[in-house]
Amino acid sequence: MFLGRPLFTADFFNLFMSSVWAPDQHLFGILPFVCGTLAIVILSLLIAFPLSLGNAVLINLLLPQLPAKFLYRIVKLMTGIPTVIYGFVGISLLVPFLREWSASGSGMSLLSAALLLALLISPTMILVFVESFTAIPQPHLNAVAALGGNVRHKLIYTLLPGAKNGIMTGLLLAAGRALGDTMIALMVAGNATAMPESLFASVRTLTAHIALVMAADFDSTEFRTIFICGIILYLGTLILTLTLRVFNRNGSNADLERGLS
Amino acid sequence: MRRKLVGLHFFSVLFTVVVISFMFLPTVWAGDFSGFVGQSGKLRISGGTAHIPVMKEAAGLIMQNVAGVRISIAGGGSGVGIKQVGEGLVDIGNSGRRATANEIQKYGLVQHCWALDGVGVIVNKVNSVRKLSSSQLQDIFSGKISNWRELGGIDREITIMTRDQASGTRKVFWKKALHKGSISRRALVVVSNGAMKSAVSHNPYAIGYASVGFIDDTVAAAALDGVMPTLENVRSGKYPVVRGLYSNTKGPAFGLTAIFLDFLYSAAGQEIIANHGLIAVAH
Repeated sequence: MFLGRPLFTADFFNLFMSSVWAPDQHLFGILPFVCGTLAIVILSLLIAFPLSLGNAVLINLLLPQLPAKFLYRIVKLMTGIPTVIYGFVGISLLVPFLREWSASGSGMSLLSAALLLALLISPTMILVFVESFTAIPQPHLNAVAALGGNVRHKLIYTLLPGAKNGIMTGLLLAAGRALGDTMIALMVAGNATAMPESLFASVRTLTAHIALVMAADFDSTEFRTIFICGIILYLGTLILTLTLRVFNRNGSNADLERGLS
Repeated sequence: MRRKLVGLHFFSVLFTVVVISFMFLPTVWAGDFSGFVGQSGKLRISGGTAHIPVMKEAAGLIMQNVAGVRISIAGGGSGVGIKQVGEGLVDIGNSGRRATANEIQKYGLVQHCWALDGVGVIVNKVNSVRKLSSSQLQDIFSGKISNWRELGGIDREITIMTRDQASGTRKVFWKKALHKGSISRRALVVVSNGAMKSAVSHNPYAIGYASVGFIDDTVAAAALDGVMPTLENVRSGKYPVVRGLYSNTKGPAFGLTAIFLDFLYSAAGQEIIANHGLIAVAH
């Protein structure tokens, strides 16, 4: 905040919220990186959310006890894999595949980074989902069964409404993780400074921008931009955390009411 | 019993040979490491990635031969090298470009140029385009030529690879090969010479640039205006995209730092520099 302060001048928005990053011409727009970050986070959530929900249902409801436990263990293990390993696997397997499959571009793209990020954030989501599913009292499920409901009814009328807040929590936690991740975007998104135009275009995220520009001349304006990136990221996580809190507060009340009724 | 004796004999011979070779080893190198005698402590080096192969080999030799001296080497790029040495985080900050007047004044840097290095255009090995004119190169990097077909290659989009703004390699390439032409905003950005080499070697449609010392048979060098970026052409001055490799110290070098720099300027140091595809510069 302190080091970024000199940048908050009158032409702040003209200078830094423009869409062209070209320090040679004194253009320091970081808008492409803000968009790149948002695009990657949203896309990875879109990919990861259905997958994680399905996986959690599989673990909680569909699979017999032993395979479910096995799957749960694997998911737990996956949370511990460092992001640089995902990045490396992405570079050597996913990137060449996407390059040939799309027959254009370099394979280092929005899509490849989002796919890898989805892999990274899924375990977090799955674990939170499973936790919140498990918290639903067994008698509720038994009641559905007693009424002649099948697995689908259990899911739609009991698990999903009951775990609504848990699902939201998992989603927000995962969004926070996707927002803050640096290594995957830095390694496989290509870091081009252009605005993201398509799924196969190369993008740069705010975090990757910080990592790349950190090496620049300490006194330069381009170095200072990383503080703006930092502030934007901080605001992003702040908003996520606050939403999380609001949801959790409402959530506990709602759960209580449901329990009483 | 007999076999056991033979075994014993064999090991005693081996032992003697090893001991004798160890006795000879220091005498062979003694001349070069005399400066380090009685020195001990830690030397921290960081910065330019083009310097790393030479720094690593020199440091390895010194640490093998001089007990008590430890040398650590980190990358980060020219900007990081200058910043860290200026802030006193390292003893030597390497840069692949001259420090700016501002940086020299602010940190009180002293620059030691010990090698010349060419920056060459590299493409993937399967790429048939191996010759580019200066204007073609500018058009490729600005995005005007976007398909290899226009250069006689296959019908695929060109993937441009460049370095981050703080890179000394980028600076010299931009100035002397692109003549300060623009670099497309779609260009992918990688963080070091090594990363550039591996990125180009993994992408059949890529074009990039790297220090001549880094160019090996995992990638193919492309001739610029008919001149290949080879050691001979850089040395003779035929190849134009050349820069100095600098080691910066905060104030004049002294102690272990000065001895290490002297080693780079010594005969053994110059041999290491030459072995890594660079041209040694005398003191």
